[in-house]
Amino acid sequence: MNFDWGYALETLPGLLSGLVITLQATVLGMLVALTLGLLLAVLRHAGGRWIGGAARHFIEFVRSTPLLIQLYFLFYVLPGLGVTLSPLVTGVLALGVHYAAYCAEVYRAGINSVPRGQWEAAASLGYPAGARWRRIILPQAIPPVIPALGNYLIAMFKDTPLLSAITVMEVLQVAKIAGAESFRYLEPLTLVGVMFLVLSLTASRLVRRLEARYGRQARPA
Amino acid sequence: MTSALEFTGVEKRYGELAVLDGFELSVPRGEKLAIIGPSGSGKSTVLRIAMALEGIQRGRVELLGETLWDGAKRPPEKTLRRLRLHAGMVFQHFNLFPHMSALENVCCAPVDVLGVPRAQAQARGRELLEQVGLADKADSAPEQLSGGQKQRVAIARALAMEPAVMLFDEVTSALDPEMVGEVLNVLRDLAARSDMTMLLVTHEMQFAGEIADRIVFMDGGRVVEQGPPEQLLSQPSEPRTQAFLRSVLQPGRQAPAQD
Repeated sequence: MNFDWGYALETLPGLLSGLVITLQATVLGMLVALTLGLLLAVLRHAGGRWIGGAARHFIEFVRSTPLLIQLYFLFYVLPGLGVTLSPLVTGVLALGVHYAAYCAEVYRAGINSVPRGQWEAAASLGYPAGARWRRIILPQAIPPVIPALGNYLIAMFKDTPLLSAITVMEVLQVAKIAGAESFRYLEPLTLVGVMFLVLSLTASRLVRRLEARYGRQARPA
Repeated sequence: MTSALEFTGVEKRYGELAVLDGFELSVPRGEKLAIIGPSGSGKSTVLRIAMALEGIQRGRVELLGETLWDGAKRPPEKTLRRLRLHAGMVFQHFNLFPHMSALENVCCAPVDVLGVPRAQAQARGRELLEQVGLADKADSAPEQLSGGQKQRVAIARALAMEPAVMLFDEVTSALDPEMVGEVLNVLRDLAARSDMTMLLVTHEMQFAGEIADRIVFMDGGRVVEQGPPEQLLSQPSEPRTQAFLRSVLQPGRQAPAQD
């Protein structure tokens, strides 16, 4: 089998527009994962028996079921409940919630690394719970775990092709359609692989830089 | 006038271990009180309960005439927070906020908790840093400061909230010997010039004798003996006090356990 450069070039524009959708899904999914993950981590820590327990079970549940099943579930079951979302929004939601559960565990490690004395100092100064988290605990808990969060976001980026299963026109879906039309899969699939490789490597390098900057910050005072 | 702190029949346990057992203590407003005793005698726990960092199992604790702890019942978070504003605490291990400069450490709580305008809080923060001899360190990060400097920032931070009662929990125990003096000087100055109620848990007997109006000797979760420094330090009547003071003042013979 020969690599047909002409055909590869022909499919490139379509693949690039698919890549835009992939990147959109990644960035939006990231925002959901980072914020919902933080919320879950804080609730788990501060929510007491009921709310904290619910957050813990939710995290456990999401981490113990495959992303593909969660995607299908949202895509096929939500409309039956009267919630109709576009495939892309459904995909972003599924990716975001799935990785929020992983991010919550990362944040939790950061929160646990803040020494008890910091909580006590904040309490002794009369800080109410909300301000204690915002001003004292999270500014110390988050920087050390930024590299770990970055790694999960790269993992999420590499999971976006799953969205092709629910008809999102992301880059793999475009490649499959191009292949089905011409009966040539080598070129589009190779290009998709190269795109993921280049972007993942770039992102990994970025995470290593973050590591150099934040990795050794958790020092007691 | 009501007293600053009132402990009545307080019992505090960690599981089976009784840390305070029928503990009684009354501290009049403005008093400078030193609490001494072997490690594990419950001294620090007294301060932590007064700061509302820990609850009790039995008895009653009043802060400025208001009930802080009444048996094992936990008061609503709102009440705890309001009462905490009357007290300030300086910790053995400083507990400065590492992500803030020295000045921010001192002025963050007035801004975040009391809503003092930032400029005003910073001006006051600079005054307080000057008072503890650190005017030139306002912009330093805690990690750039020595232990003694950190502890002086921590004292300024607690003072910024203008508490009626200040609790000092072995504030020189984690310091290198050459830095103990600078912190004690700040405390000496504070005791002389302020009408705050001060409770000091300390191993510095000589210093305690110098600044305290009264010294309390604790052992086994109770007050064993108390009195004015000159009496308690030189003519203690209880055998346990005598034994403790002997071991502290002549460390060669039987060193007390340090924690």
